[in-house]
Amino acid sequence: MALAFGLLFIVLVAACLAAPIWANQVAKTGPIKNHLTDTVVVDGKKKDVVTPDGIAIGPTFQGQYFFGADGNGRDTAVRLLYGGRTSLFIGVGAALITAFLSVVVGLLAGYFRGWVDAVLARILDVIWAYPVILLGVALGTALSLGGLDVGPIKIDADSKLIPVLIIAVVYVPYMARPLRGQVLGMREKEYVEAARAQGAGPLRIMASEILPNLASTIVVFLPLIVANAILLEAALSFVGAGVRPPEPSWGTMISDGVKSIITAPHLTIVPGVMLVLTVLALNVFGDGVRDALDPRAKIRLER
Amino acid sequence: MLRFALRRLVSMIFVLFAISVLTFVIFTVIPGGDPAVRLAGRNADNAQIASIRKDFGFDKPAYVQYGRLMEKVFTGELESYSTGRLNVFDEIVKGIPRTLSLAIGAAIMWMLFAVALGLFTAMRAGRASDRVLTVLALVGVSMPVFWVGALMNYYLGFRAGLFPNGGYVPLTEDPIQWLYHLILPWTALSLLFIGVYSRILRSNILDTINDDYVRTARAKGLSERRVLVKHVLRNSMIPIVTLWGLDFGAVLGGGAILTETVFDLQGVGQFAAESIESLDQPPVIAITIFGAFFIVLLNAIVDIVYAALDPRIRLT
Repeated sequence: MALAFGLLFIVLVAACLAAPIWANQVAKTGPIKNHLTDTVVVDGKKKDVVTPDGIAIGPTFQGQYFFGADGNGRDTAVRLLYGGRTSLFIGVGAALITAFLSVVVGLLAGYFRGWVDAVLARILDVIWAYPVILLGVALGTALSLGGLDVGPIKIDADSKLIPVLIIAVVYVPYMARPLRGQVLGMREKEYVEAARAQGAGPLRIMASEILPNLASTIVVFLPLIVANAILLEAALSFVGAGVRPPEPSWGTMISDGVKSIITAPHLTIVPGVMLVLTVLALNVFGDGVRDALDPRAKIRLER
Repeated sequence: MLRFALRRLVSMIFVLFAISVLTFVIFTVIPGGDPAVRLAGRNADNAQIASIRKDFGFDKPAYVQYGRLMEKVFTGELESYSTGRLNVFDEIVKGIPRTLSLAIGAAIMWMLFAVALGLFTAMRAGRASDRVLTVLALVGVSMPVFWVGALMNYYLGFRAGLFPNGGYVPLTEDPIQWLYHLILPWTALSLLFIGVYSRILRSNILDTINDDYVRTARAKGLSERRVLVKHVLRNSMIPIVTLWGLDFGAVLGGGAILTETVFDLQGVGQFAAESIESLDQPPVIAITIFGAFFIVLLNAIVDIVYAALDPRIRLT
């Protein structure tokens, strides 16, 4: 079953990657192209894409406006696929950064112990206790005003990297803590002792003796973090602190859709179902990976 | 025990202090531009901007601004920047019964349903009904709460007219309306946790059901029901009771922002969301500390209760 859902995830990713093909060949429009005054022929009848009182057309299930249009006459199916690219980019990017940071923190804290561990543990405590959505929203709002400009790092206010970084930081404690525990147990093992006796330095031991043994934990975590990162992106976009319009992401599409749910419910349903399918596929797949690699199921992400 | 409690207290204070500084930095240092200019609006002249700067203390160094802000947090004199300079403390007090109603009701709801679902799927492990329900539990985990909430509001509230379209009625005013207005928000918020808890409970039950003491209980001739409830369930519940405490703290401490906003409950979380949107720093700092306080507090309580229940755990 895990494999089937893993396959479903790959199909969804492929569909989103093929967004330009659908946009150019089938829908013949772009993700941020308005069609306020256009008409489309459905079942032999001519219909407005957006009626004079501003109601968007629902799904036509044909090439153009397959899933209908939004209040600006933008093709929902095209936006859905392009939005998927954004959401997946954010989810995967954030998860990779989370994994990298967690491994570094886990290795340093677990291997050196002492004050390094104490300092890192306090930092993780603070991130852990900071209300997740409040942290994300506060950072997102503040950063989206002026961007980030600290020394050599410069990120534009409307860059997609901002939600990626926020989400990446939020999930570090969830992954770094179990990794630290594992490193703590490993540093006393015979093979580490042997490496130390051969004169290997701390860096070398961490990289070539300990890191390979963390691989299965990292692999188990990744799909679950991608799933949760996609959900958090949606939440941040819903409160206006994630991806900035007009660029689509599933989160921004849902939050736009909710505003016009009474006249055009498809704008809420379509991106939502796509998001749920993707996250569900990742969760079931991740569960399967966990059962295979970590049968005692020590790892959980949900809180 | 006393030493542990003291150490926890010290670390709680440190975490809350760090969070207040962090929030202050996020809102003061990061956003480009002068807060006085932002507050004065588009058509203000230089004199107005200067007077606002002086009024709000933006001309002082950052640490003085932080000190003043925290002083006001503790004396309860903190005022918001925008919307008529509301007293932040009063607004939070106004929101607390709403946020508490949502959190307590939802916590009871998700625990009841999760135990029922976990027990049922564990009893039916491997059968078709178990598989279907397990995937359904994962669907619950995979849905954004504001999306579910908006759909419920639209289909069950607006279209079918079965439920009110958002809003809140105080319990003291009309208990029935209170319940009626909260059923949808409770359900929307609970779905995620039902999914998480039922799956953990199911796997814990399956782990313990083959333990020796369960076999002994059966061998003594206890009824299957008694074995299940008194021996298996009681032990399998420990991890999710722990989680229950943590999650309750997280929901109180800001986890309910989206639910409150979608259902227009006007609780503390919604106040936070609105303040963030208008970059109103004082309420955001106050609510963040308030929220973090609940998260840290529940974490400490859970640790202490856990140690009290399980003598193998030593508090250090």
